Amino acid sequence: MRLTDISIKNLCRRKAKAGFIMAGLAVGVAAMVAVIGFVRTMTAEINHKMERYGANILILPKAEDLQLSYGGINLGGVSVDVEQIRQADLQRLAGIKNAANIAATGPTLLGVVSANNQRVLLAGIDMNSAGILKPWWTLSGKRPDGNGLLAGARTARVLNLALGQEVAVNGRPMPVVGILGATGSQDDDLLFTALSTAQGILGKQGQISMVEVAALCNACPVEEMVQQISGVLPDAKVMAIQQVVKGRMDTLHRFSTFSLGMSAVVILVGSLVVLTTMMSSVRERREEIGIFRAMGFRKSHIMRIIFSEAAMISGPAGLIGYLAGTGATFLAVRFFSGLEHASVVWDPALCGGAILMAMVVGLTASVYPAIMAARLDPNTALRSL
Amino acid sequence: MSTIHARQLGKSYGQGTGTVHALSEVSFTIGSGEFIGIMGESGAGKSTLLSILGAMNTPTRGTLTVDEIDVYKLKSERRADFRREFLGFVFQSFHLIPYLTLQENVMLPLTTIRLTKAEKRSIALAALERVGLGSKVERLPGEASGGEKERCAIARAIVNAPPVLLADEPTGNLDTRTTDAVMNLFTGLNAEGMTIVMVTHSPRCAAHVNRILTVADGRLEGSP
Repeated sequence: MRLTDISIKNLCRRKAKAGFIMAGLAVGVAAMVAVIGFVRTMTAEINHKMERYGANILILPKAEDLQLSYGGINLGGVSVDVEQIRQADLQRLAGIKNAANIAATGPTLLGVVSANNQRVLLAGIDMNSAGILKPWWTLSGKRPDGNGLLAGARTARVLNLALGQEVAVNGRPMPVVGILGATGSQDDDLLFTALSTAQGILGKQGQISMVEVAALCNACPVEEMVQQISGVLPDAKVMAIQQVVKGRMDTLHRFSTFSLGMSAVVILVGSLVVLTTMMSSVRERREEIGIFRAMGFRKSHIMRIIFSEAAMISGPAGLIGYLAGTGATFLAVRFFSGLEHASVVWDPALCGGAILMAMVVGLTASVYPAIMAARLDPNTALRSL
Repeated sequence: MSTIHARQLGKSYGQGTGTVHALSEVSFTIGSGEFIGIMGESGAGKSTLLSILGAMNTPTRGTLTVDEIDVYKLKSERRADFRREFLGFVFQSFHLIPYLTLQENVMLPLTTIRLTKAEKRSIALAALERVGLGSKVERLPGEASGGEKERCAIARAIVNAPPVLLADEPTGNLDTRTTDAVMNLFTGLNAEGMTIVMVTHSPRCAAHVNRILTVADGRLEGSP
């Protein structure tokens, strides 16, 4: 016979009370786990979509703009003091703190060329990173390597280009190896080629006009990365393309804060259930506790009995809460969010956290009943005989 | 080998004009191995005296020493240790824990002692056999008769071999035959050297004791 045996036997005798405490705690934990799980799933979904959006950071040459407008007539603008970005400078990106979060870097050189006697904007790009930076591209043919051209949908139509056809770009014959499907963006109006080829045609060896960066921002705020890149490229203007995502993340954050607050209230109610039920249990067991004390049980022994009971109920309550909460997340994701790529995972760390939280809440709520039980005067029990 | 000295013990409840003096100026000595009966009318102060002897009810005045230990100068936890090591209790209404078997009830005083489960079971079984319940160890108190409950309560009181046994009207709820059996048990324990202090109303029980302390109106009869 040990103190824990007394706790176990007592719980077995008072199954309904133990079940009531367990249910109270499990509901609180389940609410918390469901919120955490749902927010995690939503965040993962948003991150996934961010990756699908492609580039989310833009690096441009720093320039002072002068607006050419007067009396309501806008004549555009001119840029002065343009600081060029050099391709070699991009190596510095590997040195930033969140370098591991950079999925792809897309240096781009832009310049006007003559193609079949028409003025067209030629874009030299890194064809390997284009797959990550522009995942929405569909093309017939293939991406060019070396001397080939990839024509935007509108450019191909206007210049009447077909796959395999040769085009004279600034007098240099280049085959069309791919034609882009319509994207609805400025890409439709361009001719693309490999960056080094464009640099040769435009006579801008080692120079680039802009850089598109795809950052995986599950664990990194984009703004922080923007600052880090600005630090290593002081002559460039670095901007984050994140308004839509940020708005959605803000909404999710507000939802998360509100839901966690609500869950905390549920947990508080659960702890009150533990407190009142344990208090009532101690009152019912006054005589029994008095007998224990009369037989020489110390106050600490009585407290250990009460705390053991609380722990024996709280641990399983945490596990049940975790299972119920994760189940609720499954249902919420499936029926309410309408997310195609969302998936709920069984997280051992969250499970451990749920059990730990239930134990902490259960034990904390049992402190007062345990003290009350320990302080019970054995003579009170003897007088009641 | 426990000698009990009570000096000028007094216990009052309440304050001012409503003060009730449950016990006044009670002094006595109980030698090691004595079998003492405490008698008196209801409300005379017998149970108050027993609870003070049991280290559970701090007297308002006076001192209680057992083997030179001033019991009420001990701190609360040490006094709990004192109860466990020096005293065994037999309560009037048995007060067995209903969800524990008879053997588990008897093992209770051993719960906080560093022994293996098997050792505790063995000691409890020996105590139950001593009171004639060796074959009913797995019964719950609800399945036992009044006499069996009383014997189980005695086994629980003696399982850790305390030098002093305190009993509060242990035969109050028993028939004559069972009363005799219990008293024979007490006489046997006393013969082995255990000091026994028993509150009783029964002359039949009083016949077994060595000495009687009579309490009337909170005072020992014969005291000044």
